[in-house]
Amino acid sequence: MPSPEYTEANYVEGRRRKSSSSSFRPIVFFLVPLFSVLLDIFLPRFVESARTLEFPLLITIYFSLMKRQPIAGVAIGATIGLMQDSLSQQPLGMFGIVKTIVGYFAASVSLRFDVNNPALRFMLCAFFFVFHQFFYWVMVRALLGQVPNINGLDELVRALLNSAVALPLFFLLDKLREDGS
Amino acid sequence: MDGFLGRYRNLSVLVIVIMAQLVLLAVQVKNNQDVRLIRVWAVTAITPLARVLEGIRANTFGLAGEYWQLIEIRSQNQTLKADVDRFKLENQYLKEELATAKRVEAMASFVQRNPNKTIGARIIGAGAGMNSKVVFIDRGSTSGVLKGMPVITPDGIVGKVTASYPTGSQVMLITDPTFGCGVVSDKSRVHGTARGQGNNQLLVDYIQNEQAVQVGEIFYTSGDDRIFPKGLPVGPVRVSREGKLFKEIYVAPAAFEKGLEEVLVVLEGVHQQILELSQITNVGPEAKPMAPPLPDSVALPLDATPKQNPNQRFSTEADRLVDRYKAIGEQQGLSYGNGGRVPNFNAPVSPRVAPPKAAPTAVPPVKPNPAGSAAPAVVPPKQ
Repeated sequence: MPSPEYTEANYVEGRRRKSSSSSFRPIVFFLVPLFSVLLDIFLPRFVESARTLEFPLLITIYFSLMKRQPIAGVAIGATIGLMQDSLSQQPLGMFGIVKTIVGYFAASVSLRFDVNNPALRFMLCAFFFVFHQFFYWVMVRALLGQVPNINGLDELVRALLNSAVALPLFFLLDKLREDGS
Repeated sequence: MDGFLGRYRNLSVLVIVIMAQLVLLAVQVKNNQDVRLIRVWAVTAITPLARVLEGIRANTFGLAGEYWQLIEIRSQNQTLKADVDRFKLENQYLKEELATAKRVEAMASFVQRNPNKTIGARIIGAGAGMNSKVVFIDRGSTSGVLKGMPVITPDGIVGKVTASYPTGSQVMLITDPTFGCGVVSDKSRVHGTARGQGNNQLLVDYIQNEQAVQVGEIFYTSGDDRIFPKGLPVGPVRVSREGKLFKEIYVAPAAFEKGLEEVLVVLEGVHQQILELSQITNVGPEAKPMAPPLPDSVALPLDATPKQNPNQRFSTEADRLVDRYKAIGEQQGLSYGNGGRVPNFNAPVSPRVAPPKAAPTAVPPVKPNPAGSAAPAVVPPKQ
């Protein structure tokens, strides 16, 4: 008896979802993550409160959701995370691992939900932000032996704020999709 | 194995990527050094974009920021300009106050040393007419100012009161063509009459061409006109040349040199000694003690009194000459007015010692110096 994953219905459903994955031009895939990392280091120079925003994470979530491919999510998360690590003072891999996992799960979630819905986008962004911060805290504590000072309520507020920023940002990024939806 | 990887492909990729990064982390932590290559790639990729972004920011937000700063600077500039104008006015006012204070200080010092009874007045206006040489002062008959009273400053004479009203007086300046007063020069002791010319000079008239008056000599009031007390400065000689009948001597009024604002009206005049040229700057706040007495040719100190009249003080050169001749006559046993031989006026005169009864407070005679003049003694100012 074949595995449920390989039933014909699932195969058709998988094909349908794959076919609904968004495609972007390579230049967009190159520039937008780069630009997000750049904003992460550039904006706080002029606006101190911009440190609250986590643009690389939002871009990771967006591309992972839109690609609907866990492997693509892993690649996007790992690339953006490592780039963010490269511009920080911490060892390479901290953000890389966290964003890899976020990318994987975001892509996995997108296979089951309509990620074009703004309300769902908002909730997913908030969830993945909290997930990202929590996993990062675990990583720093477990791998580096440090205890980052993280306040739960603050992180919740930051999650809502990032989700609020994510909605117009995602709307703008939707304009760069080749399918034009 | 292939089946497992194919079946759990996504998860396998995730695990492999995470494991790779964990290894990367472990290597860094173990060796305590970075994987520099990845950082170089990231920075190399980011830097050009950052430069473009910074350029955009500088040319847009920076420009806008500078524009707003410019507006703010414009506003600040207007405020600062207003401040500067206000400070200029304040500075001008304070300078004026300082100058007034200095003048008042000089005048107060002059009033203290001046034996004349005076009252201070401020010039409040000039007379009507283009060539008017009269001014109005803020002191009148209620302050004791009467017609004919002289008006002076520490630097010299100003004029005389020609009309007195209850609250003010009219003063004719010495430059008025109808003004005249008796003057005497400090060096040559030449007497004359100073007349106004309608300009900024006085003509000293009635001085013979033979009499020597040099440029720079100071003319003082002589007291002959019965208006100005003797000894008030009039001004220095600017021009001195021979004329048809009399010398043409032009004097610059000393009182007008610094401008006229505050003056003194002499209520009761007292004749004073005329100072030598070297002492004429002895007015104002820099005033030194009063002038030493005129040199006595017989080496008699000014305080030493003659036998005949112990209380007498010699005030003129003629008095000294008479005294010298009397002393010579007494020394040589001759009396004047009775005929007989003429005394030797060139014979040296021994200093006289005042009799103890006649002059108990007489000052001992001063040893004459080689030039034949006595050492200057300080005379307290007359009060």
